[in-house]
Amino acid sequence: MSVPFIAKARRFGASLGAASAFAVLVAASAQPVWPAREAELPADLFATGLYSEPETLTVDPAHLAFSPQYPLWTDGATKRRWISLPAGTTIDAADAGRWLFPVGTRFWKEFSFDGRRVETRFMEHRGDGRWTFAAYEWSADGTGATLAPERGRADAWPLGEGRTHTIPGRIDCQVCHGSGPSPVLGFTALQLSPDRDPNAPHGELLPLGAVDLAALIERGLITGLADDGAPRIVASGPVERAALGYLHGNCGHCHTEDGALAELGLDLAHDPEDSPASARTTTFDTPLRKPPAGLPEGVALRVIPGDPDASALLHRVASRDRLLQMPPLGTALVDEDAVALLEAWIAAQDKSRADASAPLNEGGEG
Amino acid sequence: MNVAKALAGLCLALAGTGLAAQEADPVARGEYLTNTTGCHDCHTPWIMGANGPEPDMTRALSGHPADMVVDAPAEVPEGWAMAANAANTAWSGPWGVSFTANLTPDPETGVLREMSESQFIDTIRNGRHMGQGRPILPPMPWPAYRNMTDADLAAIYAYLQQVTPIRNAVPEPLPPSQ
Repeated sequence: MSVPFIAKARRFGASLGAASAFAVLVAASAQPVWPAREAELPADLFATGLYSEPETLTVDPAHLAFSPQYPLWTDGATKRRWISLPAGTTIDAADAGRWLFPVGTRFWKEFSFDGRRVETRFMEHRGDGRWTFAAYEWSADGTGATLAPERGRADAWPLGEGRTHTIPGRIDCQVCHGSGPSPVLGFTALQLSPDRDPNAPHGELLPLGAVDLAALIERGLITGLADDGAPRIVASGPVERAALGYLHGNCGHCHTEDGALAELGLDLAHDPEDSPASARTTTFDTPLRKPPAGLPEGVALRVIPGDPDASALLHRVASRDRLLQMPPLGTALVDEDAVALLEAWIAAQDKSRADASAPLNEGGEG
Repeated sequence: MNVAKALAGLCLALAGTGLAAQEADPVARGEYLTNTTGCHDCHTPWIMGANGPEPDMTRALSGHPADMVVDAPAEVPEGWAMAANAANTAWSGPWGVSFTANLTPDPETGVLREMSESQFIDTIRNGRHMGQGRPILPPMPWPAYRNMTDADLAAIYAYLQQVTPIRNAVPEPLPPSQ
């Protein structure tokens, strides 16, 4: 190793050091996520314990169904979700952004297209903050689901226009679940609030018997909750409330100030403490760090209030060019409802009031 | 015979010293790995030297030269799938055109300038920019490198943090021909 290299590194290290140190600090605060070894994973879905009667696909009544109010878009898939807490255990909710789940906690999410089960994803807390992830692909006759290949399964279901749903690889699970302060996504106070947003894109009615935050509190399954029992996004109106919620549920797990991408300074995770919302303050009139391939010429800002066509955020959400699209994985189709919502939200912003907490021309109570 | 034994012993001693140095110094380990796993093959522009094509080490690891403009995918004869430019830094294929990244620690153009060690490791593990973003395009052999240990990937990262910074803004990839 030549010494001059080291000397130069020290000089340049000053500029890189601060950013790197911060990123490392943030990453260290996240719960660790490691790839699961094949042998650790149940070979089929039945072995994960989801069903009490596998023959009839009867979900174990001890598991708790839930439904986040701002669901993740997955090409229009119909989803069902369950959590299983070991008997006698509780969730530590003292840190609002990083709930701690007891060892043995399991989550399942079932994806159906056109009325057919296609995959069920599974994650389990193995202890010491270690979670494992797996996807199970359903047989054509719908009688069972086996562990999907480590690299996932392309062309798992036709979506039309030549597009297909892909079952993610195990490493892909970590891209989203390993990027923020908690590997558990969609199971937070805001997502489980009983004050559900009626305008949330693809919002679901709470399934029969499902738990929300109020039910978890009532059953004594949560400790340390500091927030109120029915959090909601404070916004200027219903459009902004739904838009901020959509960005929170679909983008905020990676684009958060508490995750590996914190250094980007793009925070789409909603924190009730932020006023105005970070989704406004970190996007409005904010230059892109580096314009991605495929962005129309001249688009240089994340969001220009009042000008959706010139807002990079909208171009990325509305694209499924793999170099431009956001989110970068997990979908093959544009969420047209979300594009319309975000377009309306951006268009409603008064250019002269970009820094204000509330636009003037939307009206209504949030 | 004694000379042969002495030479063998010397070789072993030198090899042992190299291994020991690598174990003690992640930067040395990273340099070794960078030089033996083909990083220079694509991330250092190639030129025609006296003995044929060779990496231009004055631009070591600086990626596709910004002044070497490529504005469209290559047209290849039927039966062929890929083409590379003379510098071996631009690759054209069914994915469009990919340009090799500037791996030097240039504070304005180096691809690692905003990437932490853990993000670098994730990038190689899952083949996504920053470990989370767009897919890394061919021919970057991350599916092979993802089998490296965390320690080896961290060593490569450490080595790349202290090579000579070279200012070179590599262009974004080009989409495939329609």
